[in-house]
Amino acid sequence: MRIFDPHIHMTSRTTDDYEAMHAVGVRAVVEPAFWLGQPRTSPDSFYDYFDALLGWEPYRAAQFGIQHFCTIALNPKEANDPRCRPVLDELPRYLAKDRVVAVGEIGYDSMTPEEDEALALQLGLAVEHGLPALVHTPHRDKATGTRRTLDVVRESGIAPELVLLDHLNELTVGMVLDSGSWAGFSIYPRTKMSEDRMVAILQEHGTDRILVNSAADWGRSDPLKTRKTADAMRAAGFDDDTVDKVLWRNPVAFYGQSGRLDLDEPKPDEESSFQGNSVRRGGE
Amino acid sequence: MATLGMPASVPPDPRTVLSRHPLEPAARSWLTDAEARIAARPDAVRALFPTARRHCGRARLDAHWTADEAARAVLLTALPLTGAPLAAELAGLFRHGDPAEQRAVLRALPLLDTATGAGGEPLADLALPLVREALRGNDSHVIEAALGPYGAARLPDAEYRQAVLKCVFQEIPLDRVAGLDTRADAELARMLADFAHERVAAGRDVPHDIWPFVRAHPARAALTERLTAETRAAAPERREAAERALKALR
Ligand SMILES: [Zn+2]
Repeated sequence: MRIFDPHIHMTSRTTDDYEAMHAVGVRAVVEPAFWLGQPRTSPDSFYDYFDALLGWEPYRAAQFGIQHFCTIALNPKEANDPRCRPVLDELPRYLAKDRVVAVGEIGYDSMTPEEDEALALQLGLAVEHGLPALVHTPHRDKATGTRRTLDVVRESGIAPELVLLDHLNELTVGMVLDSGSWAGFSIYPRTKMSEDRMVAILQEHGTDRILVNSAADWGRSDPLKTRKTADAMRAAGFDDDTVDKVLWRNPVAFYGQSGRLDLDEPKPDEESSFQGNSVRRGGE
Repeated sequence: MATLGMPASVPPDPRTVLSRHPLEPAARSWLTDAEARIAARPDAVRALFPTARRHCGRARLDAHWTADEAARAVLLTALPLTGAPLAAELAGLFRHGDPAEQRAVLRALPLLDTATGAGGEPLADLALPLVREALRGNDSHVIEAALGPYGAARLPDAEYRQAVLKCVFQEIPLDRVAGLDTRADAELARMLADFAHERVAAGRDVPHDIWPFVRAHPARAALTERLTAETRAAAPERREAAERALKALR
């Protein structure tokens, strides 16, 4: 089984996680730029974070046979902090990078005017750079927030099929699929969405334009939730081809719209025609 | 320090290599146009440099160049800058570059070091901060590029030795490291011999490519003595590692 986790924050995970993910079939991931739990107080902290998403993390992932791509953006939470806003001006420099396959995570957290502005501006950047957009939907007041997000997406002029709305649930999936955008589901150990509820959603709404992710990060989360959902799908009678569509072909189709999802990319070790690194051996 | 200021060797001219292995027509015209734009307005390189791989691909052209690194080298040599302004532009590209871009900057340094243009200032040591930053990192591909001809010619002795030892730790084969033929000295041999002893004491194997650099120096005799003592160690894997190392050192 091949699995593509379209939303996972590997920066917060250990090499044990990479090993376990590879063992259950994960071969590619997208790591969206998001907030780190601890607020950042200067734009420079973001640039170092973006550099890690483009450099160190893909390097680490490659040691475990996993392809790592990322999305870059100023996240909604920190869009409210005037100290972080200058990041918006530097984004074009990062959106030009080969491994950036979307603008994200953008969207709403508390639905403030600052978030409105950052969302609209970054949807514009996605259009300008020919990139898809990964849009986070708020955890509080989710249905209203999702509806408002869809309005802003419509006004921005970005094609709906270039937009993925994430962290959806039973009450928001319908309006997103109706809009022509992609629907993402984060399978968490306790909150948001479980494997069994996910299976019920697939039974009701079909498997077109639907993505499943672990959204694993520094909080209580499980990087193997993609595989556990695949297993739940099979137990519920979905065939292998449908499982492959949801867990691999759908994310490839969505992020492939960037023209930068180079899944044949040689692993760094092959590129330099020698084997060796300091991660596998426990560092220097 | 007789080698300082003299590049250890200059890589093949990327323009010649690219003409021998022609790019697709669309890639070729992109590169020609990009060169002209950079020659006319140097800061155009900031937007063009990151996209070079998407336009030119990453096929291997010869033992030294891949298409993307050769194309990026062409873009950098098109910069109508020398001396400090050139170093500043390179520093910006390196600072904002992903690892592939950083590697491309480092691999182009020997070409930029020799091209001083009419009345231009040489690059000299001005790009050494980039080499040093790369050497502090952990990405083998970037580290390997940092210890190319430019870094090998210009790093002070102590830093050069530390960099070589770091390559050994990163398992970068030493035949990929520039400058060893002129810069490997008795102190580097001592450091490598200590490293070998440390590995043997842990019951581990020693990378075979360090031996030529130990053999040529007094460190050899001292290490032979220490390894001989290790063959009487209590732990069998330690004794066996010592036997293997002694055999390789001979
Ligand atoms: Zn997230």
